[in-house]
Amino acid sequence: MHTEKIYTEYKKFNAKKVFYILIFIIILGIIALGALLHGPSSLGFKNSFAALFKETGIARAIVWELRLPRIIMAILTGCGLSIAGTVFQAILKNPLASPYTLGIASGAGFGAVLAIVFGGSFYSEYLIAGSSFFFAMLSSTIILSIAKLKDPSPETMILAGIAIMFLFSSLSSFFQYIGTMEQVQEIVFWFFGSLSKTGWKEIGIVSVMIFVPMPFLIKSSWQLNLLATGDESARALGVNTTKLRMQGMVFASLITSACICFTGVIGFVGLVSPHIGRMLVGSDHRFLIPTSALIGTILVLVADTFGRVLWAPQVIPIGIVTSFIGVPFFFYLLIRRTRGYW
Amino acid sequence: MLKVHGLEFKYKDRDILKKIEIEIKKGEILSILGPNGTGKTTLLKCIAGIIKPQKGSFSIGSKNMLDIKRNDLAKRISYVPQSSPSKFPITVFEAVLMGRSPYIMWRPSEKDLKIVVNVLKFLKLEEFASKNFEQLSGGEKQKVLIARAVAQDTEYLLMDEPTSNLDLKHQLEIMEMISNMVKTQNVSAVFAMHDLNLASRFSDRIVMLSKGEIFCTGKPEQVITVENIKIVYGVNATIKNNNGVLYVFPDKQINRQNSNPINNPNIKKAQAEVFCDAKTE
Repeated sequence: MHTEKIYTEYKKFNAKKVFYILIFIIILGIIALGALLHGPSSLGFKNSFAALFKETGIARAIVWELRLPRIIMAILTGCGLSIAGTVFQAILKNPLASPYTLGIASGAGFGAVLAIVFGGSFYSEYLIAGSSFFFAMLSSTIILSIAKLKDPSPETMILAGIAIMFLFSSLSSFFQYIGTMEQVQEIVFWFFGSLSKTGWKEIGIVSVMIFVPMPFLIKSSWQLNLLATGDESARALGVNTTKLRMQGMVFASLITSACICFTGVIGFVGLVSPHIGRMLVGSDHRFLIPTSALIGTILVLVADTFGRVLWAPQVIPIGIVTSFIGVPFFFYLLIRRTRGYW
Repeated sequence: MLKVHGLEFKYKDRDILKKIEIEIKKGEILSILGPNGTGKTTLLKCIAGIIKPQKGSFSIGSKNMLDIKRNDLAKRISYVPQSSPSKFPITVFEAVLMGRSPYIMWRPSEKDLKIVVNVLKFLKLEEFASKNFEQLSGGEKQKVLIARAVAQDTEYLLMDEPTSNLDLKHQLEIMEMISNMVKTQNVSAVFAMHDLNLASRFSDRIVMLSKGEIFCTGKPEQVITVENIKIVYGVNATIKNNNGVLYVFPDKQINRQNSNPINNPNIKKAQAEVFCDAKTE
């Protein structure tokens, strides 16, 4: 009798996970539609909906050129940061890891600071994005080289990451110190994170950088599962742990850098979504990666919509709102949890 | 047959293993004994492909296993670590399913699931199937790790201190279960052990290591002798033979010079004799 039961229980367990993923897709759809129809402009709910199908006019421009790109960017960054966070937690075997653990955000921040302070006549949105992407990738390259030189253990990587973080933060502070008032203001604004300057071109670039590495990370899901049980076990079960860890680092850093180079640092999402996901669907990365991607997407989208609507016409930067919404929710889960972990 | 030939492992200029020659036959249980730090675990890890020895070879049949892909090696040799803490929550079913990894690309097949169900049943772990691995007791965890290795379906099963965390009952249960499995399914098991009594009772052959080298090899009663225990462990012991089962009673620790016992001429002789015994078995 037991045999059948174990088998069906496992199947049910997995069916439940697929169910969660479907539910989240539906929720995301509803929220995205809601975000599209709400905004600081005087455009009402009905008019916004009608504007979706119009050929010309201001209403159409607001919906198609301002709101929609913003919503898509929110979805992309939420998804990218959460996937990167999940992968970093798996390969570093550390539940505290996030897309920013390895100093990638401070690298990106320093890049932005450099562009803002020394951009001069070349100064543009793209210069900031390019520079921050370059420095974000530079920090992860430095960590990879140190890991390769010494040993590719999670401890080495995390320690190297923390060192890099301090290096770039102090450099950023130094240039803020010597920068002008306007420059400093712009730097502060960049560090809050914002989706307000998003256009279709940026969306195109970010999508490519997120969706090209993604299949690889999803393909390694099973191997990432094994990594959580320890390197020795994973190796004895046939995983090349060094290769997996290095590749995971490269792809997750690439996704993170792509997300933050246009939007600035959006905190907390990449740390918390994998945990919420794990609580709901467990640690099987085949289900965890899509689930935490959807959770992150929903979190960023809700935060951005709140930020736009709450104090309209003032817009609160997204980086501030994500933590405001995310932290109480995270505390709630933390207190409510029954098992040792999730 | 699995053959280890001339295996050497160094860690930062320090010799951990030297001149290791071992043969493991099908359907036998081989125990590796020796004091702490003699390289028992390192030896198992070398064979399991977890770490790479600097010198030597090891082969199954005529195939050299050092050149083989890690995934293919995992289809032939499984390894049960002393413990396997999981950083993130997994169920017992998922833990055992991980044993099927060498055969899984992205998604476990129906066959994989069936095998896991059978293994859980075989090890009487059905009731734990959907429990969280971290919530189990030490003995149950150990059984799950063994179940994972059994699900891996390999000819050779390597286990590092399988009984170290277990109470008396679980020790016997696990040793009997593995012994049973080895005899009925024509696989081989290699244990790294501390418990001389359990080792002598359940092993077909024993390899005794001393400071990274093989001190002697043979049947339990040839290897576990008062003399060998004195030399290798530095302990005076009494051994009783009760119908072929050895009982070792450690009496007193002895002070000895801190030299490698293998270089002592008297011991060389004793060791040679043991090898002779082993050959005439």
